[in-house]
Amino acid sequence: MKDALSKFIENAGWPRIIIGLFLLFLFAAAPFVGVRVDTSLSDTLVRVGMNGILVLAMVPMVQSGCGLNFGLPLGIIAGLLGATTSIEFKAQGLAGFGFAMLIAVPIAAVLGFIYAQILNRVKGEEMMIATYVGFSSVALMCMAWLLLPFKSPVMIWGYGGSGLRTTISTEGFWRHVLSDFASVRIGEFFYLPTGMFIFFAIMIFLVWAFFRTKTGTAITAVGSNPEFARASGINVDRMRTVSVMLSTVLGAIGILVYQQSFGFIQLYMGPLFMAFPAVAAILLGGASVNKATMVNVVVGTFLFQGILTMTPSVVNSLIQTDMSEVIRIIVSNGMILYALTRKTQVKR
Amino acid sequence: MYMANKEPLLKVEAVGKEYFGNRVLEGVTFSLNPGEILGLVGENGAGKSTLMNILFGMPVIAQTGGYEGSVTLDGKTIQFATPFDAIDAGIGMVHQEFSLLPGFSATENILLNREPTKYNFLVEVFGDRIKTLDRNEMRRRADDAISKLGFSIDPSTLASEMPVGHKQFTEIAREIDRSNTKLLVLDEPTAVLTESEAEILISALRGLAAKGIAMIFISHRLQEVIDLCDKIVVLRDGHVVKELAPKETDLFKIASLMVGRNVEGDNACRTEREETPVILEVEKLWVDMPGETVREVSFEVQEGEIFGIGGLAGQGKLGVANGIMGLFPAGGAVRLNGEKIRLNDPAYSLSCDMAFVSEDRRGVGLLLDEPIDWNIAFTAMQVQDKFLRKLFGGLVKWRDDALMRAKAEEYISSLEIRCTGPKQRAVELSGGNQQKICLAKAFVVQPKLLFVSEPTRGIDVGAKKLVLNTLQRVNREFGTTIVITSSELEELRSVCDRIAIVDSGRISGILPANCAAERFGLLMMGTSEPIVAGSDITGGNA
Repeated sequence: MKDALSKFIENAGWPRIIIGLFLLFLFAAAPFVGVRVDTSLSDTLVRVGMNGILVLAMVPMVQSGCGLNFGLPLGIIAGLLGATTSIEFKAQGLAGFGFAMLIAVPIAAVLGFIYAQILNRVKGEEMMIATYVGFSSVALMCMAWLLLPFKSPVMIWGYGGSGLRTTISTEGFWRHVLSDFASVRIGEFFYLPTGMFIFFAIMIFLVWAFFRTKTGTAITAVGSNPEFARASGINVDRMRTVSVMLSTVLGAIGILVYQQSFGFIQLYMGPLFMAFPAVAAILLGGASVNKATMVNVVVGTFLFQGILTMTPSVVNSLIQTDMSEVIRIIVSNGMILYALTRKTQVKR
Repeated sequence: MYMANKEPLLKVEAVGKEYFGNRVLEGVTFSLNPGEILGLVGENGAGKSTLMNILFGMPVIAQTGGYEGSVTLDGKTIQFATPFDAIDAGIGMVHQEFSLLPGFSATENILLNREPTKYNFLVEVFGDRIKTLDRNEMRRRADDAISKLGFSIDPSTLASEMPVGHKQFTEIAREIDRSNTKLLVLDEPTAVLTESEAEILISALRGLAAKGIAMIFISHRLQEVIDLCDKIVVLRDGHVVKELAPKETDLFKIASLMVGRNVEGDNACRTEREETPVILEVEKLWVDMPGETVREVSFEVQEGEIFGIGGLAGQGKLGVANGIMGLFPAGGAVRLNGEKIRLNDPAYSLSCDMAFVSEDRRGVGLLLDEPIDWNIAFTAMQVQDKFLRKLFGGLVKWRDDALMRAKAEEYISSLEIRCTGPKQRAVELSGGNQQKICLAKAFVVQPKLLFVSEPTRGIDVGAKKLVLNTLQRVNREFGTTIVITSSELEELRSVCDRIAIVDSGRISGILPANCAAERFGLLMMGTSEPIVAGSDITGGNA
């Protein structure tokens, strides 16, 4: 019994156990401060489904040794272009969502390819450069959103007649097309977005399967020891490029799933800080800077989104002030800081 | 210059040292009088550097458990904790690699941290550390030190702008300037000098010795050692094999003492192998490998042969295999079975049924963070599509974990790899077991031609034997042609058919392995000899 427990602790790692226990405590404390447990659980699950694929988008780059994908906004921009284009063409329902993906994925692949060429020139400094690639692409797109020739009246500014709005509703197009598929509603407050989870599971399976193929194995080896991979005849730069493209494509798909559940497309500065919660989640899940598994993705997303959902509501009720945003920032950035310092410890 | 009736300046008595159970020095004893020059010679790995580290109080010695025996300087037993203690006690060291500040002038480098200073009023407030430098006095002392060497350098030249010879002199001048220097250790001081510069240095050293400074002179240029030194200590495998007076010896004798017992006892070379067709033809190969530059190497290897490449460290022997396998920029012509190999393309070299066990085991040879079965199977999977199952009509190449595991288990038992199972991570294994994994990785691709670099470096004796036996068995049973690169000549002589010795990026000679050891020793020293008549399978340039 004691052995089993210590083994579990070793496998799971203390950070996850502490956060897990804290999350459990929040759920237990919720009824006493007037927060409904079923609503909270439902909120947590919806957020897991919304953010899961964005977290999954970290995996390929981590595995190939490119570090955490701080350039996720690049993939998100591709997703936004897909989303706005599909609305411009008035594509509705599941087909509309599929159409948005069809547009977004090739754009993400091209952007990812360019992004990879940049990262291949800055080996060892990928994460820093990736952050700035993300930031600057968002700034560049701020101009593009104003200038792109979109005409649909639901998307453009009312007064000028041109330029996209900051927030566009997906209502009437493909809002909740995945979430509502075979969804389960129990009582007044509990809602499970089954379709979104099925889609998440499919994506996880595809990424898992990819890393069991010859190419996936090569990418893992490149991340583990690029010199070894090169001596085994692997084109290191090409493998890194594949992984970066895959990460960017997953980012584009991830934001579409996010939008259909959230109900809104957020343009302009919207994507700017999207990378940080995803990075924090996968690190919280136990991934390191050069190793990540599907379990890390699922566990990390659940714990991180659980904390983000529960802390503000429970703590706000406890201390009677709105601290939600502050707590969110502390938790997500604190987690990144923790994980990145841990990495140097392991290496030295 | 013997002053035999005086008490010796330095006495080294029964000094021994073990690194992690690996014995590198045992019972080393010698003594040195003031003004005497002792030549210390030995192959790479003979224990010279370890001995100097002990003498100089390098922290690495204390960190790995100290040493045995005693070292006495001026009648006092010494046990330095840091090199600073050694300097204070009067030991100066001139390193093989320069330790000069590039942006500082010769004067500043010579007097670094010992500068004469002048008083100014700020000293009252901030203490001695704010004293200004006495530039004139510094210049005078630098001039003094340099002139003692019998050489002229402008003391205001920046170290970064000096030719290598001047750098070496500056470094020696720094040691001379210390007023208390009694013992000077020179680690290959002439390696970077031209012949005329070396001559000046040698005569300068003689002059210093006449002033009473004792010296330990380490060099691979044996003629210099014979010319300069009062006595010569030959180290081999951590033992003092012989202490000689230079008058009673010659190059040949020292070389044979360095490389090992004269097993055959005769100079005649024999060949036991029957001639077979040439499998590998290397013509004018150059390889740009940092620290192991290959300039122009040509040789031929016959099918089924075990071919050795030996030579001293840094002469380029390691570059040959790395260049042919495409890991470093290379040029020239390499033909395998008559077909030209595309260089600078590791994937192509591997696809030609060649395999490589790198000398850099942890850097290139292994995926340290991955399990054993990954390490063994990876190359074969990527290059030859082994360990893969084709799904959807070949559209998806699915990794066959079960097969990888089975193969790993097979090698774990046949090579006696000590581990908890195929899923243990490579980083957790000992050096010898890691080396066996590297070999298994190469065997899995079933190469026709196998390059093995430094197969026994840093592994214990038992594993060494197993590794070498395995290589011989694979050669015998599968007819695999093997090219072994190693710093240990004895090891090469025990397994190889022929051995090429590389010196200064060129092959200085190729001899059958049963030739007398001293002939290899001479080749290593750069004394090329004509290929001996009767050894009809020698190829390449001599």
